[in-house]
Amino acid sequence: MSHLLDRLNFFQSKELEQFSDGWGQTTTENRDWEDTYRSRWRHDKIVRSTHGVNCTGSCSWKIYVKSGIVTWETQQTDYPRTRAGLPNHEPRGCARGASYSWYLYSANRVKNPLIRGSLMRAWRQLRETMEPVAAWAAIQNDPELRGSYTKTRGKGGFVRATWDEATEIVAAANAHTAKVWGPDRVFGFSPIPAMSMVSYAAGSRYLSLLGGTCMSFYDWYCDLPPASPQTWGEQTDVPESADWYNAGFLMLWGSNVPQTRTPDAHFYTEVRYRGTKSAVVSPDYSEAAKFGDIWLNPQAGTDAALAMAMGHVILREYHLDRQAAYFEEYARKYTDMPMLVRLDEKDGHLVPGRMLRADDFQDKLGEANKPDWKTVAFDEASGEVVVPNGSVGFRWGEEGKWNLEQQANGAEAHLRLSQILDNDHDTVVGVDFPYFGGAATGDFVKCDHPEVLTRNIPARRVTLADGQEVLVATVFDLFCANYGLDRGLGGDWVSKDFNDDSPYTPAWAEKITGVDREKIIAVAREFAGNAEKTHGKSMVILGAGLNHWYHMDMNYRGIINMLVMCGCIGQEGGGWSHYVGQEKLRPQTGWQPLAFALDWNRPPRHMNSTSCWYAHTDQWRYETLRAGEILSPTAPEGDWDISLIDYNIRAERMGWLPSAPQLKTNPLEVSKQARAAGKDIKDYVVEQLKSGDLQMSCEDPDAPENWPRNLFVWRSNLLGSSGKGHEYFLKHLLGTDHGVMGKDLGEEGGVMPKEAVWHDEAPKGKLDLLVCIDFRMSTTAVYSDIVLPTASWYEKNDLNTSDMHPFIHPLQAAVDPAYESRSDWDIFKSIVKKFSEVAPEVLGVETDIVQLPLLHDTPGELAQAHVKDWKKGECDLIPGKTAPNYIAVERDYPNLYKKFTSVGPLLEKLGNGGKGITWDTKVEVGHLRDLNGAVLDEGVSKGQPKLETAIDAAEMILMLAPETNGEVAVKAWEELEKPTGRHHAHLAEGAHHTKIRFRDIAAQPRKIISSPTWSGIESEEVCYNAGYTNVHELIPWRTLTGRQQLYQDHLWMRAFGEGFVGYRPPVDLKTITAAVNNDAAEGNPHVVLNFITPHQKWGIHSTYTDNLLMLTLNRGGPVVWMSEVDAGKAGLVDNDWVEAYNTNGALTARVVVSQRIKQGTLFMYHAQEKIVNTPGSEKTGHRGGIHNSVTRATLKPTHMIGGYAQLSYGFNYYGTVGSNRDEFVIVRKMKKIDWLDKPAARSATRNVEAAE
Amino acid sequence: MLPDFDINFLIFGILPYAVLAVALIGTIARYERDPFTWKTSSSQLLRRKQLMWGSVLFHGGIIVLFFGHLIGLFTPVWVLDVLGIPYGLKQWIAVLLGGTAGIVAFVGASMLLHRRLFDARIRVNSSFADIAILVALWLQIVVGLGTIILTLEHMDGSEMVRFMTWSQSVMTLQINAWLQVINVHWLYKVHILLGMVIVAAFPFTRLVHMLSVPIRYVTLRPGYQVVRSRRRRPLEERRRAFDKIEGKTRRPAAPTAAE
Repeated sequence: MSHLLDRLNFFQSKELEQFSDGWGQTTTENRDWEDTYRSRWRHDKIVRSTHGVNCTGSCSWKIYVKSGIVTWETQQTDYPRTRAGLPNHEPRGCARGASYSWYLYSANRVKNPLIRGSLMRAWRQLRETMEPVAAWAAIQNDPELRGSYTKTRGKGGFVRATWDEATEIVAAANAHTAKVWGPDRVFGFSPIPAMSMVSYAAGSRYLSLLGGTCMSFYDWYCDLPPASPQTWGEQTDVPESADWYNAGFLMLWGSNVPQTRTPDAHFYTEVRYRGTKSAVVSPDYSEAAKFGDIWLNPQAGTDAALAMAMGHVILREYHLDRQAAYFEEYARKYTDMPMLVRLDEKDGHLVPGRMLRADDFQDKLGEANKPDWKTVAFDEASGEVVVPNGSVGFRWGEEGKWNLEQQANGAEAHLRLSQILDNDHDTVVGVDFPYFGGAATGDFVKCDHPEVLTRNIPARRVTLADGQEVLVATVFDLFCANYGLDRGLGGDWVSKDFNDDSPYTPAWAEKITGVDREKIIAVAREFAGNAEKTHGKSMVILGAGLNHWYHMDMNYRGIINMLVMCGCIGQEGGGWSHYVGQEKLRPQTGWQPLAFALDWNRPPRHMNSTSCWYAHTDQWRYETLRAGEILSPTAPEGDWDISLIDYNIRAERMGWLPSAPQLKTNPLEVSKQARAAGKDIKDYVVEQLKSGDLQMSCEDPDAPENWPRNLFVWRSNLLGSSGKGHEYFLKHLLGTDHGVMGKDLGEEGGVMPKEAVWHDEAPKGKLDLLVCIDFRMSTTAVYSDIVLPTASWYEKNDLNTSDMHPFIHPLQAAVDPAYESRSDWDIFKSIVKKFSEVAPEVLGVETDIVQLPLLHDTPGELAQAHVKDWKKGECDLIPGKTAPNYIAVERDYPNLYKKFTSVGPLLEKLGNGGKGITWDTKVEVGHLRDLNGAVLDEGVSKGQPKLETAIDAAEMILMLAPETNGEVAVKAWEELEKPTGRHHAHLAEGAHHTKIRFRDIAAQPRKIISSPTWSGIESEEVCYNAGYTNVHELIPWRTLTGRQQLYQDHLWMRAFGEGFVGYRPPVDLKTITAAVNNDAAEGNPHVVLNFITPHQKWGIHSTYTDNLLMLTLNRGGPVVWMSEVDAGKAGLVDNDWVEAYNTNGALTARVVVSQRIKQGTLFMYHAQEKIVNTPGSEKTGHRGGIHNSVTRATLKPTHMIGGYAQLSYGFNYYGTVGSNRDEFVIVRKMKKIDWLDKPAARSATRNVEAAE
Repeated sequence: MLPDFDINFLIFGILPYAVLAVALIGTIARYERDPFTWKTSSSQLLRRKQLMWGSVLFHGGIIVLFFGHLIGLFTPVWVLDVLGIPYGLKQWIAVLLGGTAGIVAFVGASMLLHRRLFDARIRVNSSFADIAILVALWLQIVVGLGTIILTLEHMDGSEMVRFMTWSQSVMTLQINAWLQVINVHWLYKVHILLGMVIVAAFPFTRLVHMLSVPIRYVTLRPGYQVVRSRRRRPLEERRRAFDKIEGKTRRPAAPTAAE
């Protein structure tokens, strides 16, 4: 009753008895105080949710709610079990996730819709007399009004708005943009659907119904390894983390598992107890390095050299001096190594050319269907050239032979790997290989070997259909020569001794990488030795560390080659584990119709972000890298030395890459013109394009007609995290204060692009409206015009999957969205509703024209066996063949809301599918109608299944996807049986009647069902492993040869010297100029370092970097890491404030001086927000900057290739990537720390306002 | 209404009761309402520097001063008479003992105050009350030391007896107690007033930890392991009661581990 009275018991004995010889006593003292602690941990309910952050962890959490407030979270432990002999998935979770409940109620939270004050003022004033779209048009047409908010972006001045007003402005802006410029000028950027699929789909569904542009992320983040599509025709598929436990030899290569894959790292520690040996390749002494039995620390950026040398050792000892039977069989069955390559003559020398095709031979070797896409090899038994099953030509247009059976034309075929035996070759010839080691600049070791290395190859003479006799070699023979291996054929640039200083020996690699040759040889031997004994259980976990270099393909292909040489791909416990940025949207084919509104109209507008931002943030205007610098000395004749943007424009024109915007003229107007001219829309567009009356937007990115006008950023922090060339975004896209210090090509007098139109005056402020949807005030939010508060991960219902584990589980609303926030689904629902109300002011039912590139996994991937540009008159403009396709799509703007909130009729009409197969899905739509209910209101959606809530949307995904609906899985496998002619449905038959619902996963995470969308399987026998079905089910890889493609024979690949893998040093981006480096001029202490931006420990990208709990664990703000030697050179001590800068911009941070870092590099964990503890830069006068303030995206032409089997565009599958690691910065100590926290001098605009 | 109103009446006649009421009710209220704020709020975790010397000196001095005042003021005058202790002698003892303890406490309090005000980490973690009470105590010690100088001018003990009489009169609810101290030097009055302020502030500061000095761990509690049981009776007693019902007899059990 009373604490005091309870204590007033002096006359009552409190002691009951003593024990343990009086050392202990039992008393009757009051115990009520304990209740305080009991109620501290008491809660009202626990709800399952997760953190929808861009993290492959995807851990399920218990969210505790007390009195309507989320109080804390703990890890769930009820994951589906693995199997006997394997550790389970739990424990899963990390400190970052555990700090989320703090985030929820932190001051960083966006609480209300916010609008830039000057915009709000103008809007309200105009809206008094005008309709919404007219009001928006009036703002846009008045340069002063528009400038009043575009020029002040990032400078505060937000005011609260109501949802009604905020959504009205957004809707009016979208409608105005669609009407005046075209709906494809409305852009949306959101990454990683897997982390919260419904939230992604909400925005992309709206954009797709509108005709807006959905932007890719995986390539832009540079997490897409183009080597994967090049080799396997697969975006990225990887083993689940539990499969690490099956490895016998585990390499970590540029991946910091304990730090960045925290919840999965336990499998790594566990497998070491099983006796697995681990080698860690990392330039710095990372957390992972501590786990390694051996640590190799090559100079950053030289990984390809290391991989080449290891490949050299493996080939020598396991393929040449001794043929490991398992490796040889694997190479024969599963790789392109037996395929024949034509040797072309160039200036009296021979170079590897195209792969021979059935089409090249007399009678096309009996192949009537797509003979130009069927590769050939010699059959050992008959000694004849045969067309083995499985190449991409078998995939389209015929059935039953697209498989990896050892068959050719119905007969058994044993393909010849090598022509080395005397009877197997007619001659030995010298073949030229490019060598780029001499191109190294700066700190990278420059080799004095020539740039062309001629090596001897065993070749056969073959007579072709046209009577021509040509020399042919197998990929294997060329491959071995490329690695510089002496096979007794004489000639130069091959070696028998690992100690020779000749390209790709361990001794050569030692010189370039700094890693001892003995270590290289030992690791290569152990890697291959283990793989031989275990049949492929050697694994490499690799990551962004390697992939963010300009020549990432070489790093990756070097490693992939090692794995393929040793038969590790597709084998449990082996293979390629690239865990970067793609969380694997497991129910992908169920999600696509929802996300891209494929149930209402097809196709959607997709854009590869790298090319888009490169063009629209005008980074191309500053390009310092010419294609000529990276061209192969063996390149075929051609107009190669042009600007990188020119390559991109050609690629868009030939239908290789998508465009956004697409046509310079508003497509809604083009369709009207076509109709007025009485012509078919497609024919009209072709005619106009040919005449030049209609232009593609890509040719003139700076013309106002071609600007992106509206941009939605949701579930993303584009400007605070992924925006390579941050300062260029600020300068050209946003038009506000920026830190760009370099001059553009016009000012510099550089070589101008040929195809892109140059405007002397670069546009500043292309965007009319930037809308950010976030739960916290991120850097992007700070720069936006409208910020909409979204529900956080404990406040919404959604789905989550990851590549690291095989289950699907939910995000759930443990509490209602805090403050005025709404879930992403509800936000876009509000916007589309408002849009449908506002649109009729200017828009009705319109006809849009969608430009569609040649897509991978469609027959379009066989469009261009040869590179021909219609604009140069090399061929006719045939949409969908020599150019993008043009497809008319109806947009019923006033009915957008009705379409958004119901499942449209196209699924029942056209079916559903993915990755080249389509199945009927009427049954599932029927089930959805039963489950979600049918729309009763009159109108376009009457009778269709409802999509009102996020859970309705989640059910749509789960119902349609084979991964979560066994009935669909069986259907999908049966569809795949048609092209392959083999039985696959057995993989899902056991789960035929399994249907996972949202409430099921709310109860417990559920393991998904094997589906042909993915190359691994869910089974009681094996872990999920990429390539498993290719190897064990004999389903071909989706490449030209149907096999793992180690030779890239596309013209552009050969031109840029990447037919075979090689070592290519980082490129010189020339951003340390004399003009910018005033420290050198003034003699101030400074140091020039390679700028490396790995993933961090105290955040998941930029998320959590403004979370107090995480900030407390490090230094409370941005830091860079530097070696002691470099710090000494620049006169720095630990914790000094430093500035890092180059022509791209400047950033400020504290320096951590550590022995961990290798000399010559500056680490900056990427995406540390500049909104926390970041002082102003002395160099630019503006606030510090983020890591991307000193970077700029640079495109690579080989990533633009399209219409060529696996080298065809797919959203987030292939395309240009935003590399950023070849960058150098000047680092110096800051003299004055200015927090810029004093009022700025009264600006002109402010004075104008005051005068009013 | 009160033509001959004297401020001294208010301060020395009325205020002591108000102060005592605030201290008593405030302390009980805090103990009941906010038991988890009942603590020393030690800043040792933040910085040990200056704490050990400052704290030990301060506490050593202040404890002597506290009990010195307590005994000195509240021992009835007749006890001195009975024991035959001359007032002058008692005053000498008070001056010597109090002076020494006062200097010790002054050094300690100064160190603590300096630390609290000028150590940034401690300053930022200090509440208003933390700083105010330390300032008050430091001032009180300074004023107290100042009164010793005054006292040395009249060592007959008469002034001392006035204060003893006043305090005892207050305690015995004699309404005219305040008359005792009307004519003393203003410095004494300041000392008394400040003392009353400190007493009034007592419940609202960390001073409450005085009431929870864990002496009993030294004196009353032999066990290293203390188990708080929900049982109201010793185990042995319960057994006997149980056996009585069951009608059994057994030998006393050896002490067992707690249940």
